[in-house]
Amino acid sequence: MSIKILQPGLFSTIQDRGRMGFAKFGVPKSGAMDLYSAKIANLLLGNSENEALIEITLMGPKLEFTQATQISITGLAASVKLNDDKISLNKILEVRKGDQLHIQQILKGARLYLAVKGGFDSEEKLGSKSMYAPITNSSKIKKGDEISYHPFNSSDEKKHAHIKFNENYFNDEIEVFAGPEFEQLSEILKLNLFRKEFSISKNNSRMAYQLEETFENDLKPILTQPVLPGTVQFTPSGNLIILMRDCQTTGGYPRIFQLSEDSINKLAQKKQGDKLKFKLIDL
Amino acid sequence: MSYKNPTFKAFNKQAILITWDEIIDENLLKFILQYKKIIQQNWLKEKVEVINTYNSLLINYTFTIKNLYDEISSLKSLLKDVEISNMLKVNQFTIPVCYDVKFGMDLKEISNKNHLEISQIIALHTQPNYTVFFTGFLPGFLYLGGLQKELYISRKKSPRLDVKKGAVGIGEKQTGIYPQNSAGGWQIIGNSPLCFFDASKKNPSPFQGGDKLKFESISLKEYEEIKKEVGNNSYQFQTEIYEY
Repeated sequence: MSIKILQPGLFSTIQDRGRMGFAKFGVPKSGAMDLYSAKIANLLLGNSENEALIEITLMGPKLEFTQATQISITGLAASVKLNDDKISLNKILEVRKGDQLHIQQILKGARLYLAVKGGFDSEEKLGSKSMYAPITNSSKIKKGDEISYHPFNSSDEKKHAHIKFNENYFNDEIEVFAGPEFEQLSEILKLNLFRKEFSISKNNSRMAYQLEETFENDLKPILTQPVLPGTVQFTPSGNLIILMRDCQTTGGYPRIFQLSEDSINKLAQKKQGDKLKFKLIDL
Repeated sequence: MSYKNPTFKAFNKQAILITWDEIIDENLLKFILQYKKIIQQNWLKEKVEVINTYNSLLINYTFTIKNLYDEISSLKSLLKDVEISNMLKVNQFTIPVCYDVKFGMDLKEISNKNHLEISQIIALHTQPNYTVFFTGFLPGFLYLGGLQKELYISRKKSPRLDVKKGAVGIGEKQTGIYPQNSAGGWQIIGNSPLCFFDASKKNPSPFQGGDKLKFESISLKEYEEIKKEVGNNSYQFQTEIYEY
């Protein structure tokens, strides 16, 4: 049994919680950009948190189920149709053999997560199903792909009605810890960085989000150092680049902030033109 | 700051960063690698991942660190177990590279800019016993130390979009091998037929920080032969044990 991809949407990938233990080989962690929404999608169905699901970006795919199962779609707001019926997000949905699901457009936020009961059974490399070429063969879901899932057995049905998707999780405050090079910033610059409102540039992807605003940067470059998803790099041209889940394992730009895990998830729901403010918090 | 006195910092709630002076130095690397090994032995149960760069260690935990202060003091207490004089036992690799101009499209540029014959560039590049400091940038990309000063050259003004897998390049004071097709700004001097990263293997790369590596010049014909062996999985990396 599988999902047939009739239209892939703008950019849809398979993700779980990512690759752990391969950073020493220079392998990005990958995994769902918004791990919060991905977790809720799995838990609604009684899946483990790490089951592979489909991450959908801005414009959704159209797909067909070859076997009855249960699904969940989590996110902030989107127009989604199951056959001809409008359906709502963040709950368990029954699908029958031959049903067509069309995720038309994401109306609020930037990403949706489509989970299936028991998880998708796609190519696993280095302990994860997260798509990242050339670790995995494909970098995204393509038209005509068939992604298999485990059969749904109604006898092991678990109800997880108490799992709730909390919209308030996604406020605009991006919480950061001081990064390794934070103390090298001038006091005026520190003040400005926390006072200013930033906007997301068109250069935003699973690898990194670049912000529009620039500042004069007189920090000296650093030797290549470890970086993590959520590391905010300050480039010589004065740009702020927030590394995301598919980022490299090392980098040579000063690391001024480190986003909290929650803030990485929040940022993953932002798109070009969206605003944010940084707030410094203690570890 | 001595080797025994690095700075410790929580990177986030699941990672601790330990940083030494910003230097590229083999003795510091040996010290860091020993310390890394001691940490891994002591934190076996907790499943931490420790990666090193030239002058730092990053310890990634699979869970939120309960008490950062306690965690950092236990890490600090392990520092005294590192013996500066200890020998490091590593693998010595020999990496075949074809420096034919078919692959080495920037050999002429380096020849002009650095006033060297192409044969001298090859001789200078195959002479050192390079040190693998760590892997980063791309899966399987080795940060090597030991490039001869005569070969230092600035990066291309604009990066190429299609550097081929196996390309051997020079960028400023560094040399390295592109493990996959990639965009890149380094000056390309040759190509190695070997596979530097294989995601279908449990151990996708045979290289570790501290390993030694020499380049060996091969002909186009030898290149094709080795490429064939790599293709049908019958090629074995040439290694021996090295202590320093």
